[in-house]
Amino acid sequence: MHSSLIAWILRAVPFGTIIMYGALGEILTEKSGNLNLGVPGIMYLGGFAGFASAYYYETLSASPNAFVCIVVALVCAVLASMAGGLIYSFLTITLRANQNVTGLALTTFGMGVANFFGVFILNGSSYAAAPLANKAFAAQMPVLSKLGDAGKILFSYGFLAYAALLLAVVLHWFFTRTRVGLNLRAVGENPATADAAGINVTLYKYAATCVGAAICGLGGLYYVLDYNQGIWATTDQIEALGWLAVALVIFTTWKPLNAIWGAYLFGMLYWLYQFLPSLLGITVSSAMTDLIQMLPYVVTIGVLIVVSLRKKKENQPPAHLGLAYFREER
Amino acid sequence: MAQPQNAIRLERVTKTFGEVVANKDVSLNVRRGEILALLGENGSGKTTLMNMIAGIYYPDGGQIYVDDQPVDIRSPRDALGLGIGMIHQHFKLVDVFTATENIALSMDKGEKFDLRKVHDKARAICEKYQFALDLDQKVYEMSVSQKQTLEIVKVLYRGADILILDEPTAVLTPQETERLFAVIRNMKADGKAVIIITHKLHEVLSISDRVAILRKGEYVGDIATKNATESILTEMMVGEKVVLNIDRPVPENPVRRLAIRNLTVVGPEGNHVLDNADFDVFGGEILGIAGISGNGQKELLEAIAGLQTAAPGAKIEFFPPDSDTPVELVGKSPKAIREAGIHLSFVPEDRLGMGLVGSMGMTDNMMLKSYGKGVSPIVDRKAPHDLAEEIREELGVVTPSLNTPVSRLSGGNVQKVLVGRELAADPIVLMTAYAVRGLDINTSYTIYRLLNEQKKKGVAVIYVGEDLDVLLELCDRILILCGGRVNGILDGRSATKEEVGLRMTNLVKEAGV
Repeated sequence: MHSSLIAWILRAVPFGTIIMYGALGEILTEKSGNLNLGVPGIMYLGGFAGFASAYYYETLSASPNAFVCIVVALVCAVLASMAGGLIYSFLTITLRANQNVTGLALTTFGMGVANFFGVFILNGSSYAAAPLANKAFAAQMPVLSKLGDAGKILFSYGFLAYAALLLAVVLHWFFTRTRVGLNLRAVGENPATADAAGINVTLYKYAATCVGAAICGLGGLYYVLDYNQGIWATTDQIEALGWLAVALVIFTTWKPLNAIWGAYLFGMLYWLYQFLPSLLGITVSSAMTDLIQMLPYVVTIGVLIVVSLRKKKENQPPAHLGLAYFREER
Repeated sequence: MAQPQNAIRLERVTKTFGEVVANKDVSLNVRRGEILALLGENGSGKTTLMNMIAGIYYPDGGQIYVDDQPVDIRSPRDALGLGIGMIHQHFKLVDVFTATENIALSMDKGEKFDLRKVHDKARAICEKYQFALDLDQKVYEMSVSQKQTLEIVKVLYRGADILILDEPTAVLTPQETERLFAVIRNMKADGKAVIIITHKLHEVLSISDRVAILRKGEYVGDIATKNATESILTEMMVGEKVVLNIDRPVPENPVRRLAIRNLTVVGPEGNHVLDNADFDVFGGEILGIAGISGNGQKELLEAIAGLQTAAPGAKIEFFPPDSDTPVELVGKSPKAIREAGIHLSFVPEDRLGMGLVGSMGMTDNMMLKSYGKGVSPIVDRKAPHDLAEEIREELGVVTPSLNTPVSRLSGGNVQKVLVGRELAADPIVLMTAYAVRGLDINTSYTIYRLLNEQKKKGVAVIYVGEDLDVLLELCDRILILCGGRVNGILDGRSATKEEVGLRMTNLVKEAGV
């Protein structure tokens, strides 16, 4: 039982890391009033671009270097995701297209692009791997991760898992302590007010959406090169994770710090079906698996109900979320 | 001695929305150390004009000068940079932010971001002008006047030296208005230029140095306040002499339509927002309801219309014209009450909020009240279209087309659509709240005339109004609400303004005259 609890945590944390990136990126985006439902698509774009660049670097370079590999993959993942965010921004901010429709279209688009170009990399085989990149991204802390169970639970993940924690703290600080963060929140709450205060609403929306997309894309990158052991093949799960990240945003009530424990909780709940039998000593029929995997969504609905009942303004989504802003509209 | 410097000068500024011309060739100036009142009827383009100075709208033609230098104000930031601060009619505040955070939004870019310093500096401003403002309070917890105070502090914090106030006194009590005027006079003494938009002529006369008048988007002219009188200003504003007598025919055979007994409405805080109201309403007369806003008027009308739950024990009996037995309205659905012929034309503070759908045109808004008619599953568009056309003609609604979303129309025009629709529905009891709020004088008279026509047809009209002079000239009886209680019902022909005013503010012991 003890060992299965540890195995459970070791499963849940990387899983949580993926959706934490997705949720943090989407929180940043939504704070600007843009409801980007293209998170799964953007995670595909980021994951694929990161994998493809690392894969080609490994196969084409005579003596591939792990550090260069990381940099190449990160840069490509960020650029591809930002391109996705830019498409969304252009459509919803400049052309004022409907945000829901655009986001859903972006999800389909991102999946399509990744799977289409993936075919060329797979080149007929059932999977393609980037082992060097995987090793670089999944490298554990040398000494600390060997320090028994505690070391395992705390230090046996790739560097991106820790970067996600740092990012959550940085975002919290950014939203509450900086001028730009305050301005951004004003844009998402009441763009007319922000505009009247001389804040460039369009610029803020573009920037938040593109940077948010880049963060989402890191989730995709982490999924492929670390969580999925550097293999491009069985990547259908990215979409499910993308939607889970969107649910996590609601769960956190748009607060980055909540994303940390929320993401791990979601990870625990998602993998509960595998560890429940050994923890409780019972057998769970396979039909129950899907039901148990639904738990994160059930929890999200529960949070929505509680938040709605308490009617606290601070826990509500940005007031102008999902709406386009046009200065001269009356 | 040189002329005082022009803080702002507009030269032939033009702005159009679709086919509606909001401002045409407006030239206007305001000097430093001067308070300019901008006067005009609703839809005359005052707010649009000011929004161009504040960078919210961009003019289609013409030139704006600040300190006699041509400037290009592309955004509110540009305006702020030129020292222009505007306090909008609709507050530009972020609800979930504290006062301090809202002030920080308008900070100079060069200033170091430190909320504590913002807080201290804002407190100094509050103390200087004696504003009562909790800087740590969230905006959504503030009252309307606190929000406005915050708006003013924001502009002062920013150090604006050209200040535009769009109908700032509309939401203030007389004492708060006096305090605001004191602040404005201080700023004038500081050499700042102030433009104030207001409807209230006595305020124009008491605060301003000069009055500029707009009519239908065009500049009519200006006049030094010391040479102006209310009648001169009204004449410049409307362009023709308006007869101030409101027609009041003698009621013919008033018939009892509503008998209201023990009507109490309990508010969200558990208090009695309407307390034990007892009165009758007669067909063929206009019953005015006077009271300071928020003393139960809204609850009274909504309880009759079935939109508010009456406390147990209340009776609202309706006497239909075609039968002798009264109908009990308490407990009936709003739809059933409406079908019985009791219509509520509630004109809420937010005109689009309760009566109309902003994104729909006039025709579709007419249809909102008729979609249930007929047996065919396909709605009838012809009748609503004709009705919309009729209202447009009759009330002079300015709109490019019947299908233009009503949210694009000016406030006064929106109200005409709303009132026109309710009047056209052939009610037996017609309730109107603030039917002329925000309307210009001519349209107000049109509304009075329409209400009188209803009265002559035998309709029981309930008119909730704000302007005592209008209530005293239009209504046959005036019911006064004070603190949710009926504080007397007076004869509109013999009551004096003082008497009504007194009853609005003080509960009379022997209630029920």
